[in-house]
Amino acid sequence: MRKTDLANEVFEKTGISKKEASDIVELILNTMKDTLQAGEIVKIAGFGNFVVRSKRSRKGRNPKTGQEIEISPRRVITFRPSQVFRKFVNTPMANVPEESKLEPPAA
Amino acid sequence: MTKAELIEKVSEKIQGLTKKQTEVIVNSIFDSIKESLAKGNKIEIRGFGSFRIRQRRQRDGRNPKTGVSVSVPAKRVPFFKAGKELKEIVDKGNAS
Repeated sequence: MRKTDLANEVFEKTGISKKEASDIVELILNTMKDTLQAGEIVKIAGFGNFVVRSKRSRKGRNPKTGQEIEISPRRVITFRPSQVFRKFVNTPMANVPEESKLEPPAA
Repeated sequence: MTKAELIEKVSEKIQGLTKKQTEVIVNSIFDSIKESLAKGNKIEIRGFGSFRIRQRRQRDGRNPKTGVSVSVPAKRVPFFKAGKELKEIVDKGNAS
């Protein structure tokens, strides 16, 4: 599944045009990116949290040459799936057709 | 940033889209990702990252309180790997 597939899902579920759907998917992703860039956590209820973590510098090794090198301090992103999401991928019912599991669109 | 704040920001930037409509769209995106993973497919989003399932084997664990050993069943865990662009963006950040 790729970005265009996501846009298609949005198109099918909401009825906005394909162009709009793909613009919005892009905008949502970019908004999340900007937030993470600022070092801020992104919490999506029912899905999970994207967290930025700072790593201290540490010693590493070039696996090929065995040479020891310093790994610079850096910020990395980790995703912590929510309990709902964790359960969801483990339910045997996860293979039922789409419609039955979706929240109905709010009127 | 919470989901509500994400919805708020996005609906501000797009003309003619109510918060309610934006909410439906945001939900449908995350639902699609969840469903796709549950079916065993992986999701690759250019510039952002990829979601896939990792298998965890059955293992023996312990109740940390009582020390009683229990068997932790095999399970599937959602896994996200940040894409190159996102990794670089996050590492650079705004402040530094």
